Amino acid sequence: MDRRTISLTVNGKRITRDVETRQHLGDFLRRELGLTGTHLGCEHGVCGACTILLDGEAVRSCLMLAVQADGRHVTTTEGLASADGALSPLQQAFWEEHGLQCGFCTPGMLTTLTAFLRENPNPTEDEVRDAISGNLCRCTGYANIVAAALSAARRMRGEA
Amino acid sequence: MKPPPFTYHDPRTVSDVLSLLGSLENAKLLAGGQSLAPMLNFRYVLPDHLIDLNKVDELAYIKIEGRRIRVGAMTRQRALERDDALARACPILREALAEVGHFQTRNRGTIGGSLSHLDPAAELPGVMALYDAHLEVQSSSGKRTIGIADWGQGYMTPNLQADELLTGISWEAWENPHGHAFVEFARRKGDFAAVGVGCLLSLNPDQTVKRAAIVLVGVAYAPVRVMSAERLLLGKALDIEAAAAEARRIEAKSDLFASGAYRQRLAGVLTARALRTAFERAKSGG
Amino acid sequence: MDRPRSIGASVKRVEDPAILKGGGRYVDDLALPGMLEVAFVRSSEAHARIRGIDTQAAAALEGVHAVWTYKELGGDKRMVQANPHPLLKQNITQYPLARDEVCYVGETIAMVIAENRYIAEDAAQLVQVDYEPLAAVIDLRMAAKADAPRAHLDSPDNLVARLGQKFGDAEGAFKNAAHVFRESYLQHRGGCHSMECRGVVASYEAFSDQLTLWSSTQSPYLIRGFLSQYLGREEQRIRVVAPDVGGGFGPKAAHYPEEVALALAALKIGRPLKWIEDRREHFVSTTQQRDQAWEVEVACDAQGKVLAIRARVLHDHGAYVPYGLLLALGSVNNFPGPYTIGAVDLAIDVIFTNTVPTTPIRGAGRPYANFILERSMDCVARNLKLDRAEVRRRNLVRKEQMPYSTGAKLPNGKPVMFDSGDYHGVLEMVLKNSRYENREARREEALKRGKRLGFGLSSYNEDTGIAPFEGASVRVFPSGKVVVTSGAGAQGQGVRTVLAQIAAEQLGVKPEDVLVEIGDTSLFPMGMSTVGSRTTVTAGSSVHLAAVEVRAKAIRLAAEALECAPVDLEIDAGAVRLKGVPDKHVTLADLARRLAGQVNVPSPAGFTPGLEATAYHAVERPVYANGANVAVVEVDAQTGDVEVLDYFVAHDCGTLVNPQLVEGQIVGGVAHGISNVLFERMVYDKESGQPQTTNYGEYLLITAPEMPQMHLAHMETPSPWNPLGVKGAGEGGTIPCLAAVVSAVEDAIGAKVNEYPLSPERIVELMTG
Repeated sequence: MDRRTISLTVNGKRITRDVETRQHLGDFLRRELGLTGTHLGCEHGVCGACTILLDGEAVRSCLMLAVQADGRHVTTTEGLASADGALSPLQQAFWEEHGLQCGFCTPGMLTTLTAFLRENPNPTEDEVRDAISGNLCRCTGYANIVAAALSAARRMRGEA
Repeated sequence: MKPPPFTYHDPRTVSDVLSLLGSLENAKLLAGGQSLAPMLNFRYVLPDHLIDLNKVDELAYIKIEGRRIRVGAMTRQRALERDDALARACPILREALAEVGHFQTRNRGTIGGSLSHLDPAAELPGVMALYDAHLEVQSSSGKRTIGIADWGQGYMTPNLQADELLTGISWEAWENPHGHAFVEFARRKGDFAAVGVGCLLSLNPDQTVKRAAIVLVGVAYAPVRVMSAERLLLGKALDIEAAAAEARRIEAKSDLFASGAYRQRLAGVLTARALRTAFERAKSGG
Repeated sequence: MDRPRSIGASVKRVEDPAILKGGGRYVDDLALPGMLEVAFVRSSEAHARIRGIDTQAAAALEGVHAVWTYKELGGDKRMVQANPHPLLKQNITQYPLARDEVCYVGETIAMVIAENRYIAEDAAQLVQVDYEPLAAVIDLRMAAKADAPRAHLDSPDNLVARLGQKFGDAEGAFKNAAHVFRESYLQHRGGCHSMECRGVVASYEAFSDQLTLWSSTQSPYLIRGFLSQYLGREEQRIRVVAPDVGGGFGPKAAHYPEEVALALAALKIGRPLKWIEDRREHFVSTTQQRDQAWEVEVACDAQGKVLAIRARVLHDHGAYVPYGLLLALGSVNNFPGPYTIGAVDLAIDVIFTNTVPTTPIRGAGRPYANFILERSMDCVARNLKLDRAEVRRRNLVRKEQMPYSTGAKLPNGKPVMFDSGDYHGVLEMVLKNSRYENREARREEALKRGKRLGFGLSSYNEDTGIAPFEGASVRVFPSGKVVVTSGAGAQGQGVRTVLAQIAAEQLGVKPEDVLVEIGDTSLFPMGMSTVGSRTTVTAGSSVHLAAVEVRAKAIRLAAEALECAPVDLEIDAGAVRLKGVPDKHVTLADLARRLAGQVNVPSPAGFTPGLEATAYHAVERPVYANGANVAVVEVDAQTGDVEVLDYFVAHDCGTLVNPQLVEGQIVGGVAHGISNVLFERMVYDKESGQPQTTNYGEYLLITAPEMPQMHLAHMETPSPWNPLGVKGAGEGGTIPCLAAVVSAVEDAIGAKVNEYPLSPERIVELMTG
């Protein structure tokens, strides 16, 4: 087995682990670190459930090897709430707008929209729909996810 | 759907990559991984060695010298998309990039990866074809430059030997102002298109066509320039219907998702739409 | 009572905070000490005899603990039939691992048990299966022919069952009708595609002789029963847990070979085992829906009143019968829909093909039936040159006809009856909201942009809250905590929230203070399945009945403690209080403590132990939700591209326990329907039987940009047949949607559309003739 030692920061915590080089980052987070909030829905980069933030940018964790995250900063859905456990404005909006049902796509929606709203704090509805076009949801029909993103954006702009 | 066993290599320089490529059997190059990683997870590819290019910093650059554009193969699609100077010089690139997967995949995906993977419907090879771009390829035995027209050798088969690495792409931007449009027909946002059409258009002061380039993606294994249409447009008032008719005549492949006849129909429709948009943009100064 | 009611409020879900922070508990999140992982070797052939299996190289791989075929596993019996039916002519279920014949690509052949899934997949690749290829039959209509190859070697033919639905005098109606119209329809619905694939963890603990199975299932109790039968092990010694389920939509209600294989293997190997279905496996092993071919005749009078419907149907059942005939039955039992059609004569042939087995998906056959009924209404309108809404007005059951007996019979022989509803009312509501009367103006406006605009209509009703029961216990612990346990399951709909609201309503506490424990057979004695839009009706009613009893008990005991009459007491904020004197009270915690018992102290006289009650609301007949939908689409005449612009729903599911959750169900259901019509198609090569669409680049699911603007309106006609007045809401979004979208496309392009899914290319063909 080809192995490497990697060091990275996950949700603000410095971590060093010996990993098999073929392990994808999603599995590393789930299996080695127990961060099971990142979900594997397709493992071919289409469903978006496994999306995490790599140095702040939304990427598919099933399409990266853990070894490639060496030296990088990773944020998962567990890292979105504040340190005292309070929901982020986006998480809060998902709760209020009923933006999740089974919750399986939710981590990828949250990470994707967190990155998107940082870059575009005042999006139109169509822009939000485009932003999550790489995230599949079978439960909600997306309407409440879009509503939650717009509501969170308003709140983060201080409008509500 | 877990990657198969392989030995992982992460060289830091091009020369290290080339010596690995020259010495390892059954090695695969890993660029952004947005196509290769799914193929590994599906075990469609079973390499003994994986050579990761992500730490080869010298392969990631955007250089603009006058109208000469040079881009490193490991430049992220998202970096190209965000570069304002590049968007001013080649506005079609940003428009086409918006159709490449999703922003999460563009954060990792690279231009070199896209050109080397060579999906028949990929947008970036199409845009490069519009510019008659040149691809720089290196191996431990030397360098060569390949014109984009000679790049595709077959279905998902670039003009690249097992020991060769695509290092960079260069092209000449069109003189501003010019018109551009990249339109495609995909079932959903971010999907590979059934057909995509890119076009660049320059007008004379009397609004006759000074220069035109039209490319189709998704119809054949590699992008197809509609040379006959480009020729017949030159020096005349824009004849959209005539150009669309030429695009419709290009032979198109059939697969599970669309017949050749339907693709030809789309090629005509989209060529007309792209030309119309490019013309409006050319008239209003790009 | 002045306090805000729980029922009827859009209470935020109790499930959400944990999930939002990454703290959901899905089966793949479970990691037990010493756990090994499993990968299955699956058939690469659509139909073959297995001559031999060489596991040697796989077993020799480092990190591999076992590679088992059916012989080593000891799975020498076929799996239990989940839904026996007297008309089931060929009751063929799978072996947990195939014995000597495989009948579809994806069928389980061997299992690898290894240190982790990576190694298990390495080993699975090394297993050599020696196949003797057999003729496969893939196409439904081909399979129904007498000379077709057999999907199973030893079968006399491919007929699984011949079913029917018949009432009234169809023959007479057709003889005397002013008009008879004949049409052929081809319907194809796609697969499950819950975002969480299936998954099983099995663990045997010898110390207590307990087998525990965690499965991403809608039916933990049924799985326990099937495993008990298969393994010959008492149900008491088997615990099945459905943790958070990442979407189910029907296929996760079925019982699967992997559940049996993992259970058998865990008993044998003595270590916990995990198998998580990956997405490629999902495409070739989770049950699907596929084709139905309908030949339909409609008889109507001169005014467009439909007198009778006759149809001959072929139903693609796939290669096995894991789940009885429910999908095929659901397709014909939904007649006459919301209409007063006096005579129905349907025959459906259920056919084996060498493809993944089919079982119900959201709507469970009803979308097929609704499609036929609604297309038939449109057909009458087209031929008689009547407005489509007017034809529906002339055929819908009227409010004053409720309860309405259709003429059909339930399985128990009792007449099918609609309990309540204003079918005309919801139709008029949706027509008004969608400005249906104004459609010509909208059409002209679209035409100026080069687009063809169309309106589609669909009315529906649905038998919800289906028999027999889900029970529930409501218990107040001495801490004051209210705990609800139930045999009902969940698949992401928010069942815990709804049950908490219903209990809170009676016990004067906040929904978020009610702990709802479900989906675990060790918590409650009996349960069925979360399917058929039934959980709020069945479990909800049981929670209500139990909570009413607990409330009465609390008030009665409080009356003794406070020395006053029960009628003078009310229950609020965790205590029973004297009306008007809220300070004079006794807390629920205190009452619970008195009933919790103390050694050598008798319980209060006249009280059973525990501040608790258990109830089973018995369902004798379903209650009918109903609604009417309007889809507005634009078609690009040059490319055939369809954009659904607006989607209007007027809906009546009785009492709305949580309006926001009901709307979530409807919008999600509509998304499923639009996706079925415009995007999803499970393609098999008709010769080789190889599935052609096995990833999400090839098999398309609708995404956010393709969803229309949704416009929802509710009518609330409480059902008289359960104590809450509720009707189910889980499938009402999907059932009418397929017909509405197809009707809209037909209206837009001005050419008949008798099929779905619809690709842009197919729409161009239909447009250009």
